[in-house]
Amino acid sequence: MTKNVLEVKNLKMYYFTTKGVVKAVDDLTFNLKKGEVMGLAGESGCGKSSLGFTLMGMPTPPGKIVEGSIKIEGREIVGLPDDVLRKEIRWEKISMIFQGAMNALNPVYTVGYQMTEPLIYHKGMGEEEALDRAQRYLELVGLDPEIVYRYPHELSGGMKQRVVIAMALLMEPSVVIADEPTTALDVIVQAQIINLMKRLKKELGLSMIFITHDLSILAEISDRIAIMYAGKIVEIGDSEKVYYEPAHPYTQKLLAAIPRLHEDVDRLEFIPGQPPNLIEPPKGCRFHPRCPYVMQVCKEQEPELKEVDKDHYAACWLL
Amino acid sequence: MAEPILKVENLKKYFPLKRGLLDSLRGKPGKFVHAVDGVNFEIYKQQVFALVGESGCGKSTTGRLIVKLLEPTDGRIYLEGQDVTTITTKEEVLAYRRKVQMIFQDPFASLNPRFRIFDVLEEPLLIHGIGETRAEREELIYRALEMVKVTPPEDYISRFPHMLSGGQRQRVAIARALILNPEFIVADEPVSMLDVSIRAEILELMKELKEKMGVTYLYITHDMSTARYFADWMAVMYLGRIVEIGPAKRLIDNPLHPYTRALLAAVPEPKPERRNIIKELPIKGEVPSAVDIPSGCRFHPRCIYAQKGLCDVKQPQLIEYEHNHWAECHLVGKY
Repeated sequence: MTKNVLEVKNLKMYYFTTKGVVKAVDDLTFNLKKGEVMGLAGESGCGKSSLGFTLMGMPTPPGKIVEGSIKIEGREIVGLPDDVLRKEIRWEKISMIFQGAMNALNPVYTVGYQMTEPLIYHKGMGEEEALDRAQRYLELVGLDPEIVYRYPHELSGGMKQRVVIAMALLMEPSVVIADEPTTALDVIVQAQIINLMKRLKKELGLSMIFITHDLSILAEISDRIAIMYAGKIVEIGDSEKVYYEPAHPYTQKLLAAIPRLHEDVDRLEFIPGQPPNLIEPPKGCRFHPRCPYVMQVCKEQEPELKEVDKDHYAACWLL
Repeated sequence: MAEPILKVENLKKYFPLKRGLLDSLRGKPGKFVHAVDGVNFEIYKQQVFALVGESGCGKSTTGRLIVKLLEPTDGRIYLEGQDVTTITTKEEVLAYRRKVQMIFQDPFASLNPRFRIFDVLEEPLLIHGIGETRAEREELIYRALEMVKVTPPEDYISRFPHMLSGGQRQRVAIARALILNPEFIVADEPVSMLDVSIRAEILELMKELKEKMGVTYLYITHDMSTARYFADWMAVMYLGRIVEIGPAKRLIDNPLHPYTRALLAAVPEPKPERRNIIKELPIKGEVPSAVDIPSGCRFHPRCIYAQKGLCDVKQPQLIEYEHNHWAECHLVGKY
């Protein structure tokens, strides 16, 4: 049995806004094994990016972790003071590849400066040693090490994304969170970046949480998949299981909504309505107002995650 | 086959680049971005023609030229046999726009945030002088909203765009295009900003409106899968030119141009059992700048099959290789 590098238990992160409390991450429990890629999918506003930032120990204000635990390699990070988080956890133990690489880099510093800064300040490396390390990682992600002397505007979108990936790997973290790393990219560049991440997974044994709204991309890389809806995980299991035997009606509908490249489909399915407001989520199952199979119990009681198959869980009263 | 409703002939649009003072003083010739560089196609009534390509290939510029948001550098656009590149007076352009409407990519940016939904939909009616009284216009607005399933309309007409979800906004944008009863709609990435579940809903709606109202679409997208689903015809653009054109399904099942093959190979497929396989992408390098277009075939620097002395020298012609299926490549069938 491989070890868990990340253990999340009953995690709740709420945004305390003037309009009310937004329950963006509501009671999530899951583990990530060493060398595993877990895909996290859901529509916009389901809380998937909020979860990413929360795992980094930096929920976006006015968000706060209300309850629960996040353990990275056995060490609890919820409740750690900010300077400890900054010095010992973030980037060292858990790092993040941000959405929209175009904006993740500072335009007024060279790539080398941005990459070496954390090494010099965090690890107390000398400038030369740090630069050497940055170049090694740039090579690893398929870039010319000479680009340390370049500015972000001199690079193409795909190259910038590679730099951002190299930065996330620089401190050899145990867990990497990739938040929509390919969304703003063209199809071919996207495929190249996915290939790179597959290679890194193999070569470095990366443990990764891959967040996206695109189920086709998730299938390209994830060993396990978690489907989020309205702040909750509604289904989680091995990729093959979730794709070929989806148990939750939401997952089934989402998969039926993707047009396939080599198949003829007469009609695409869609899910009527829209995701609920997370200030006052619907009572019972949060998906019930949009669910075609809704029953009385769904409107009253919230379903728990149930094991439908080995290591395959779904939260639905139909099961 | 019947006469095409829209015909584009040798369409070109070059955008001038700013020259430095020194360069102008030295009399250096100005440089141009060759956004659209000699494009030809025909679209038949009640069909969907997809224009596919990566960002910067000129697909959106082509769409904007067709609705006359931009004036072409060269070439002709015919609507129902009439040359529309020559029309210039306000009345003529207005009459043309009544027949040709556009749906934009971003429903968060394409609706005026200070307009209520009623005003959004009344504006085109006022501009085109449709409906004598407010009551008449109101009826048209109600009908348009019902058509795009924003119902009941009375609940929505006094709302502002920010009070609607992304999918609803895009439906209002479609209603705004439809309210004039146009014959032709240019839809520029109408679903790419929307969530998967809503994407399917909007595509279904556009399909239904095609059947019901007999509209013809130019569907501009980067997404091959939705293009296959929605379109009858497909053209692949690269650096301002159409490199392959044909019936949508045929083009995807039997691509002729190496660029089309690369695009298709790059589309992610929901097959998790293949997750550890690193895909081969039959393409190298990155898209060159549209200012200095490569010689010969403009795809040759990225093509893995390119032959020296042929592809880098001679510009290939668009040739019909199978019935209705054209490609612009020297090496079709030879690689």
